[in-house]
Amino acid sequence: MNNNVQELQDVVIRFSGDSGDGMQLTGTLFSDTSALLGNGISTFPDYPAEIRAPQGTVAGVSGFQVHFGAQRICNPGDYCDVLVAMNPAALKANRKWLKPGATVIIDGDSLTEEHIRRAGYATLDPIAELGLEEYNVVIPDITSMTREALRETGLDNKSVVKCKNMFALGICFYLYNRPEEYAKRYLESKFAKKNPAVAEANKLAIDAGYNYAANTHQFANTYTIAPAPLEKGTYRSISGNVATAWGLCAAAEKAGLPLFCGSYPITPATVILEELAKRKDLGVKTVQAEDEIAGICTAIGAAFAGNFAVTTTSGPGLSLKSEALGLAVMTELPLVVVDVQRGGPSTGLPTKTEQSDLQQALYGRNGECPVIVVAASSPSDCFRWAFEAGRLAMEHMTPVVLLTDGFIANGSEPWRIPSMKDFPAIHPPIVDEAPEGGFMPYARNEKLARGWAFPGKVGLEHRVGGLEKDALKGCISHDPANHQKMVDTRAAKVALVAEDIPAQEVYGDAEGDLLVVGWGGTRGHLQAAVDRMRAEGRKVSLCHFNYINPLPKGTDGIFAKFRRIVVCELNEGQFANYLRQQFQQFRYEQYNKCEGLPFTVAELIQNFESLLK
Amino acid sequence: MATYNYTPADFKSDQEVRWCPGCGDHAILNAVQRALPEIADATDTPHNLFTFISGIGCSSRFIYYMKTFGFHSVHGRANAVATGVKVANPQLAVWVTTGDGDSLAIGGNHFIHAIRRNVNLNVILFNNEIYGLTKGQYSPTSKLGKITKTSPYGTVEKPFNPGELVIGAKGTFFARTIDMEVQLSKECLVAAAKHDGMSVVEAMQNCVIFNDKTHAAFAADKATRAERTIVLRHGEKMLFGANREKGLVFENMKLKVVTVGEGGYTLDDILTHDAHEKDTTLHVMLAAMKYPDYPVALGVIRSVEDATVYDEAVQRQVEEVKAASKIRCVDDLLHSGATWEI
Repeated sequence: MNNNVQELQDVVIRFSGDSGDGMQLTGTLFSDTSALLGNGISTFPDYPAEIRAPQGTVAGVSGFQVHFGAQRICNPGDYCDVLVAMNPAALKANRKWLKPGATVIIDGDSLTEEHIRRAGYATLDPIAELGLEEYNVVIPDITSMTREALRETGLDNKSVVKCKNMFALGICFYLYNRPEEYAKRYLESKFAKKNPAVAEANKLAIDAGYNYAANTHQFANTYTIAPAPLEKGTYRSISGNVATAWGLCAAAEKAGLPLFCGSYPITPATVILEELAKRKDLGVKTVQAEDEIAGICTAIGAAFAGNFAVTTTSGPGLSLKSEALGLAVMTELPLVVVDVQRGGPSTGLPTKTEQSDLQQALYGRNGECPVIVVAASSPSDCFRWAFEAGRLAMEHMTPVVLLTDGFIANGSEPWRIPSMKDFPAIHPPIVDEAPEGGFMPYARNEKLARGWAFPGKVGLEHRVGGLEKDALKGCISHDPANHQKMVDTRAAKVALVAEDIPAQEVYGDAEGDLLVVGWGGTRGHLQAAVDRMRAEGRKVSLCHFNYINPLPKGTDGIFAKFRRIVVCELNEGQFANYLRQQFQQFRYEQYNKCEGLPFTVAELIQNFESLLK
Repeated sequence: MATYNYTPADFKSDQEVRWCPGCGDHAILNAVQRALPEIADATDTPHNLFTFISGIGCSSRFIYYMKTFGFHSVHGRANAVATGVKVANPQLAVWVTTGDGDSLAIGGNHFIHAIRRNVNLNVILFNNEIYGLTKGQYSPTSKLGKITKTSPYGTVEKPFNPGELVIGAKGTFFARTIDMEVQLSKECLVAAAKHDGMSVVEAMQNCVIFNDKTHAAFAADKATRAERTIVLRHGEKMLFGANREKGLVFENMKLKVVTVGEGGYTLDDILTHDAHEKDTTLHVMLAAMKYPDYPVALGVIRSVEDATVYDEAVQRQVEEVKAASKIRCVDDLLHSGATWEI
């Protein structure tokens, strides 16, 4: 045993194993425990599309990366200090993510010829083959030690072996001086009713791992990470998808309308529908529709009937919803479409992140068909942007596309719980009775929003639909001048939203050598890169966008103050091209990546440095 | 029963009706506008709760001619939009006007799933066995071999029988009428409105321009209809013919047309229609009857009570969960589960 405790600023641990090994749970328990200790946290689940991919293969490796530290953490870290690998395939898949000198913990029982061959190694010595001599490689026999520790539980071998992830968790708890209580309580509540023996076994496995680590001499040091100086308040851990669901609930509450969600399951957006299905306690109605089209069409019907209606999807689903989204534009009904972006095109990379649906959100419909587009930039701020999407949809009577992505949707972070009294009331232009002269469905207010008259309201009977409408009465009109007027009005209505949103901000100095421009879920990485470069005296600032259409006021003023502008996005330049169209007077450099992965801070800095030369 | 004293004029909008002269849609519109005052009273539904939803096609223009709430949606999606309307506000009386192209081709998926869920919608399916608004292409109900602009040598695909489809999709209500039979249409519409759950009324409708006389073999005139169709009414003998001399019996696992008093068949042998029977066997057989082998079945073929009505069940579940939950507002939600203080 040793008591050589060192204090660290931040640590990245990557848990990896077969997709059935429980790595997501292991990582979540470690990050939640660290959050409870007051650390800053950012997590990144990285898993395959298959539920149980072939065991022991590199394709089947599931990973969960947690970055925790003594300050606010805004991204899950590029490279890891500790890699927990439950088999040779996990080691091979994650070799590239090791920091120099990192600790590698691999289950010794998994280093059999069969496993090594299945993982596709050329030799039978993975450690040498991967060049890990300079790393701190620890090879505990996790499976057999777990089996030994759980000998007396009476569980069958399969159930016992399933607990090996908790043994690994115990090792990490020891290594970073984390208490076991939270994880144990969680296991109790998860299994206690259904299977108390399994709960007990998992808890024993944590103890066994912890004790093994304490007794072995292989870990020269243990570490502590001080709590982060976070703002006082009540905190919770939240993922982007749950935050999105809750933000939609919040918008419904502030508008005083029931929330309706019509959706079809699709990775990585499904959790939003799952979470909203639980929220019947808040009066939420969910329809798991027969397809994506029915998802948005039920939502449009619900919007017509006077609910705050949403549909949630990912890229391929947004493609299917295109025609109906045009119908919502034409009927001028409030609707929020959440697109949790993933790698495309087509089925693409369902579980991997990308920002390549931007142009689809902006333009992917027939006709002149503008919608409001906003994007969230971190797991917890999905709440705020879902709320804002709802506010804009209902107050401006138009569909809004909210773009999140697989990275922030699945990632989680500690979140200081806001109070709903700090959020504004939402005032949709609801019409309760017919004005003198009769109700005109397409008469507009100062925002150019038309009145929202729900079926059931006496004297407000009216018809809407996808055919071009008379600018006032809403009946069918094929009149050329009327069509021009309606096209202009629908565009002007969306453009007017710029008056209802704050001006664009710049992070860092208002002028300098390089302006980093980003949007949506890349904020954590871009900000970390800009922070580091600024700490070294570089004149770099960040202009990060959440309002995409319309763009906030002041954008061009910010751009004009920098020598160079680089637009960074996880696609081939969709936002850059959009900016070129909007502000042609500037020259835009691009930094793009389509690997299904977030940026790394290191690659961003390298690119920015080269632009400063 | 309430008495609202509505007249058909209360349901007529100020829009000029623009279907072709002679189109069967005129008669269906007439039947609906004549049925609604009775429906309003029978179901205690005030004018402001009637909401008509449609997709695309000639039948879908219907909603513009109704002085009710109306939504003309996109092709095939009427049943999905209507499902959203009904779930959002179960108090509304939601009607869908749709066609054989709209609900059986592009919108087939929404049609069968709305039926399976038993959403409390009233669907009027205008079946003219052709695409009219696109000017004459074959539809999923066009007869095999039908020559149209897109099948110049005749179709090589078999048609759907909407009744079989509805009942196969677990439909709880199916009725059939002919556009010209305004009184029968009205009777079917009232029964559909009273039914708790999804009801489908198939209106055999004539497209005078692109598929004229497609139903004429059994529907041409009153005399033909008397001999070649059978109007089914719950609890009544399955009789037809000008003098109600013919009837249906069940023999060798099949329906058979007989003449009462001939071949040893008496009135006692004739089947009595039971629209409330849960078992679908006989209802499917009746819906599938085709002229000339059989008379075409009209009237309410199937009307079965089912406690699982989707929009009501959703509402009920919301109330139950609300009553049992400690989470009553978003603030409660945000503080639910594991939290910690800093």
